[in-house]
Amino acid sequence: MNVVELKNISKSFGNSLANDSIDLAVKRGEIHCLLGENGAGKTTLMKILFGLYSQDQGSILINGAEVEIKSPRQAIELGLGMIHQHFMLVGRLTVTENIIAGREPRRGILIDYAEGMRQVKELTATYQLSVNPGARVEDISIGEQQRVEILKALYRQAEILILDEPTAVLTPQETGELFAVLKKLKESGKTIIFITHKLKETMAISDRVTILRDGKKVATIATSATSPTELARLMVGREVILRVKKAAAMVGKTVLQADHLTYYHKKNNRQLEQLSFVIKAGEILGVAGVEGNGQQELEELITGLSRNSQGKIFFKGKDISSWSIRERRYAGIGHIPSDRLKRGLIPDFNLEKNLILGSEWQQPYARKGFLDYKVIRENSKVIIERFRIKTSGSQALVQDLSGGNQQKVIIGRELRREPELIVAAQPTRGVDVGAIEYIHKLLLKMREEGKGVLLISAELDELLSLSDRLIVLYEGRIVASGNTVDFTEAELGLLMAGQGRGGVKNGPTE
Amino acid sequence: MNELLALIFNLNTLAAALRMATPLALAAMGGAFSERAGIINLGLEGLILTGAFAGVLGSYYSSLPWLGVLLAMIAGGGFAALFALFTIRFKADQVVAGVGLNMLALGLTTWLMQVLWGSRGSSPNVNGLPEITIPLLGRLPFVKVFFIEQSPLVLIMLVVIIAGWYLLFKTPLGLRIRMTGDHPTAADTVGINVRAIQYFCVIFSGVLAGLGGAYLSLGHLNWFSVNMSAGRGYMALAANIFGQWNPLGGFAASLLFSFTDAVQMRLQGLNLSIANELIQMLPYLLTIVVLAGAVLRSRPPEALGKQNQGGDE
Ligand SMILES: Nc1ncnc2c1ncn2[C@@H]1O[C@H](COP(=O)(O)OP(=O)(O)O)[C@@H](O)[C@H]1O
Ligand SMILES: [Mg+2]
Repeated sequence: MNVVELKNISKSFGNSLANDSIDLAVKRGEIHCLLGENGAGKTTLMKILFGLYSQDQGSILINGAEVEIKSPRQAIELGLGMIHQHFMLVGRLTVTENIIAGREPRRGILIDYAEGMRQVKELTATYQLSVNPGARVEDISIGEQQRVEILKALYRQAEILILDEPTAVLTPQETGELFAVLKKLKESGKTIIFITHKLKETMAISDRVTILRDGKKVATIATSATSPTELARLMVGREVILRVKKAAAMVGKTVLQADHLTYYHKKNNRQLEQLSFVIKAGEILGVAGVEGNGQQELEELITGLSRNSQGKIFFKGKDISSWSIRERRYAGIGHIPSDRLKRGLIPDFNLEKNLILGSEWQQPYARKGFLDYKVIRENSKVIIERFRIKTSGSQALVQDLSGGNQQKVIIGRELRREPELIVAAQPTRGVDVGAIEYIHKLLLKMREEGKGVLLISAELDELLSLSDRLIVLYEGRIVASGNTVDFTEAELGLLMAGQGRGGVKNGPTE
Repeated sequence: MNELLALIFNLNTLAAALRMATPLALAAMGGAFSERAGIINLGLEGLILTGAFAGVLGSYYSSLPWLGVLLAMIAGGGFAALFALFTIRFKADQVVAGVGLNMLALGLTTWLMQVLWGSRGSSPNVNGLPEITIPLLGRLPFVKVFFIEQSPLVLIMLVVIIAGWYLLFKTPLGLRIRMTGDHPTAADTVGINVRAIQYFCVIFSGVLAGLGGAYLSLGHLNWFSVNMSAGRGYMALAANIFGQWNPLGGFAASLLFSFTDAVQMRLQGLNLSIANELIQMLPYLLTIVVLAGAVLRSRPPEALGKQNQGGDE
């Protein structure tokens, strides 16, 4: 029995077709994965189902009856609940307030908070979704916030739960807990649609999987009858190498040395404590850790975005701790920032301008205080070709490119300066499998050319396959370091959660 | 010296401050509602002015001051509805629209005064609101000054402020308003009608500011004069921020500003050898100092001034 049936759904934004005649049937009580690369149209399809977008064509059937869903309110009434990729929570309100908003229990004209609290507690007990109903949402962890989102749906008596890339923000441990919750929900008869682009998760949690590619449905298959390799092929449309191969390291002189870096962040008190490590020419040092454990601060300190730290940073033997960003860039430090749209690019500038950011006042791009557009255009043509940036041309606005191509713009610009150290922070975040493969190749090529790479990433697979050595950050401290081969994925997960046994694995880090 | 202080800081000064705080506190509460729903309302100044004018207009033609008050609220709400239409429906820049509203209100009231009463300076006298004395409270020691021969609008303001606090923090509508100003998309996804909330809040802020304006022209005086609001809308905005987008806080801040104002007037009356202009600066100086401090600690609604993206696209 199909609880949800989407028939022939199409939706376009401007002249890009996000959903192209998609059919989807979800059975009652199953966990159904919606698998696809970034930009495949998964979120769009589910937003149509949830009444946030209206489809250009096609119909929706819930429990066999055709319905028109014009607003989330209607979707909720039909028993749908959606947990969005970006949480829909208000930080300064409490867990209970966030859950009951829009459907508040009342006493007279006032909200009955006690009753709301009671209902939330009842739900947390039933589904083992432990969270403190009186806490402010901004004070609880990301994993707990996600549970609040699930509770919001359950409070509204959702029978069909849609989760949009729920694991993107979770630690491996939290992911495990989420999967346990999902199985519990399934046992109690709920239907779950699980959006992801991760093959491993699809294999682990789903009963059936529907693959989308470029806005089209490729196939629906039973998970037990498929393999990660087949899923990758269906998702990307060609054979994909899931793990890159790399040559043995040819390590040279020390490029970067961090010496007891300590950084206090007044606002939310995040800090780095006594960080010491070195990066040699020809090696990739990976920084593992759950977001918010000091990675961003580290990125900012090395690139010079923030400077008021204690401790010292040496680049090729020189103390650069007090150097400006520009001085560091000119000395040979390249930067792929973790937040590419805020710090790496100016989204509403075109490609050629973005490609000279940081060099715009310099020869040959500027002469006597005026920009030389001929040179600038030539430069962008070279980079577009070399890095295979998919675009309509050097005049295209960067905001109109896909995530992967935006990332290539940054990488192209940074590598063009021929840096000796590149700080790559979350270089493949929100980038599709094909582009990930390419970016990985580029980073390895830098390594082969004898440059140093500081790779900050939340993706364990990426860290394990690219880096020569690893440090693990937890609450601003290095809790473990060593050669990558000495870590297993499970062990890393525990360390990142501040649990496993840390220390230095054989092999030099200092 | 002590006598001088006693002359300045006493219950009568406080009573004067409470009266002067009335239009400020009402408009500040309007600001709280509008901004809690995510809309910056710089137009409070113009809405107060509109209210003051409409109040006199109503009283002039009907001889009934209460009808004037009603008209002031309707005019304030109506102008605010226009502002809401531009900022919410057409997504005009809220700051520009607010300043535009102020200029419109100033121009329109000045022009209408000329047309109706042939005067550039002020309107003829109209029937103002009669002062009242509350039977029991008016006999209490100390606090009786607040309840004897008091303008009914001062008392109404106190009730409105308390009701406003309940509305914002204890009722379902209040929770939805707060959610809208912080995270409109979140509100949208739980089925809250974000647009309706925003329209309600902006129009409500106009009604409140209009009521504040009516106090100026019918409670405090009984005529209208050009640019009668004299910057009170901006003071109210400041009081709202200082009061942390909370009607009670806005009231307390308004009281502080007005108290300084009242002290300033007393000082002027004493013929000290200080230039009056310097003394008159006091309330504004305090506003700046207080705001500089408050802005550092304050936490505006997260989505304040941003256009709502809810709904289809
Ligand atoms: N609100 C929008 N406006 C314009 N284009 C959009 C919008 N939402 C999605 N798109 C485009 O539609 C395509 C599918 O996006 P999306 O559904 O978010 O993919 P997925 O969730 O699979 O990563 C992308 O090319 C994206 O750029
Ligand atoms: Mg998506």
